[in-house]
Amino acid sequence: MKKKNIHGRLDLKAWIFIIPGLVLILSFVFYPMIQAFLTSFQTGVANNLEFGGLANYQRMLTDSTFKKALFNTLLFLVVQVPIMILLALAISSMLNNKSLKFRGFFRTAIFLPCITSLVAYSIVFKSLFANDGFVNAMLMNLNVISEPINWLTNPTFARILIIIAITWRWTGYNMIFYLSGLQSIDDSIYEAAAIDGATGFQKFRYMTVPLLKPIILFTTINSTIGTLQLFDETMNITQGGPANTTITISQYIYNLLFKYQPNFGYAAAVSFVVVILIVVLSFIQMKVGDKNE
Amino acid sequence: MSKRTKIANAVQYVVLTVLTIISVFPFFWMLIAMTNKSVDITKGTLLPGTYFLENLKNLLASDLDFLGAFKNSLIVAVVTTVLAMLVSSAAGYAFVVYRSKARERVFNLILLSMMVPFAAMMMPLFRMFSKFNSIPGLKLIGLNSYGSVVIIAIATAFLIFFFRQNTKTFPKELIEAARIDGLGEFGIFTRIYMPTMKSVYAAAVVVTFMNSWNNYLWPLIALQSEDKRTLPLILSAMGSSYTPDYGMMMTAVVISTLPTAILFFVMQKQFVAGMTGSVKG
Repeated sequence: MKKKNIHGRLDLKAWIFIIPGLVLILSFVFYPMIQAFLTSFQTGVANNLEFGGLANYQRMLTDSTFKKALFNTLLFLVVQVPIMILLALAISSMLNNKSLKFRGFFRTAIFLPCITSLVAYSIVFKSLFANDGFVNAMLMNLNVISEPINWLTNPTFARILIIIAITWRWTGYNMIFYLSGLQSIDDSIYEAAAIDGATGFQKFRYMTVPLLKPIILFTTINSTIGTLQLFDETMNITQGGPANTTITISQYIYNLLFKYQPNFGYAAAVSFVVVILIVVLSFIQMKVGDKNE
Repeated sequence: MSKRTKIANAVQYVVLTVLTIISVFPFFWMLIAMTNKSVDITKGTLLPGTYFLENLKNLLASDLDFLGAFKNSLIVAVVTTVLAMLVSSAAGYAFVVYRSKARERVFNLILLSMMVPFAAMMMPLFRMFSKFNSIPGLKLIGLNSYGSVVIIAIATAFLIFFFRQNTKTFPKELIEAARIDGLGEFGIFTRIYMPTMKSVYAAAVVVTFMNSWNNYLWPLIALQSEDKRTLPLILSAMGSSYTPDYGMMMTAVVISTLPTAILFFVMQKQFVAGMTGSVKG
């Protein structure tokens, strides 16, 4: 009886350690999320909301800006994430080559973009790629182009610029995960493969990639969730322009709340598309990862 | 070394050098731009100039209160980091040291919050926090207060997970010994655990400070009054100007990147450990 009492007191103390964090997460993550779900069935301007059933979800089907935002977000996802993951994998397997010198220096340099804030690097890229910016000046000096490229106002180039920018910022971050994964792989299997005459590419394709699969899966899910929430870059480099060709879902939600007449219900419905996409894509990636095992 | 390996290595050096140049160039250019006049920057100069003090003077004299924003960012980041260390590490610690079925379930619930995108929270959070200003006890965290930005960053699934993972390496015998010595449960946490786990805290401090320092979307929504704006909001406002003064802008970028750059070069190991979570770097 006495023992149980002491145990009960210890149990209570254990909860005291946890409760502050738990209460904060319940109040500022789960409660808002439930609110968003409920609000997504309401229509009206600002705080004058009434039940509207699935009206908001129906509206999305005919909303061309929403479709553009969804398309852009998925485009960035499908094009940028694979490029970045492959690049990071290639870099990390080069940096794992023990016969190379200055590996620490290369690693630090390629990781360096991660120390910048998203806003800071965005405005640096915006300046570098401005009409009168450094990139155009250099390309013209080298006679690659005769007229400046409108990086910020041409729909195709604006999208390319966003992809270049995100790749610059995040490749080194993913590289670190692969490097730490590679360190745990025994060098002797690479040596054995080399004796059997495997080329660098064969080693990469048939040894490095399969061995790193759990980490590749993790970073892919991570990047997917990140890209689906893309906001800071498009907001600060292109403002979603020209003509919404780089607008993302997050930015559209922001616009629905703060740029146009606030429409809480519709914004909530659009935000739930992001929730569903994240859940579905993470699930698919985990399934695919399992199957290939 | 065979001839083939030599050629392969040479190719790798070239590729890595090119990637290094691409990675570092924007930093180099920021520093060059910081010391030059805006007109010279648009001409594509890559030489250090002598205009830095002038750029700095312009920055401090501009309508955007740069020093005020620096102060706001510092207050928010320091308070967030201190509170986050207490709250998140206590939870991560308790999930391991006082393991129970109920607590495992709570931990899984906390992990699930990682899946909730901020996009789905910004509207409800905005409406919630705008109500706080009319509730006397909650004014401290209402919209346009430092508290509004601090409060949502104190407990994160990432940090709790990070501390939980690392607490697994904390020797249980230390706890038993402290209990026999008559130390209470909170005493064990603050006087035994915290000093022992210094390097874990260091990594967590670095990543929390940096996330807070760089946070953009929630401050953009929550801090709309000019005197509360943080650095990313000021930088963003500068960047969207129609006639940007590149010299002044890059001075602002460099100064606001300095704190995280210093953290990186002083504590590179903890920096990488913090950014990648529990994966050992």
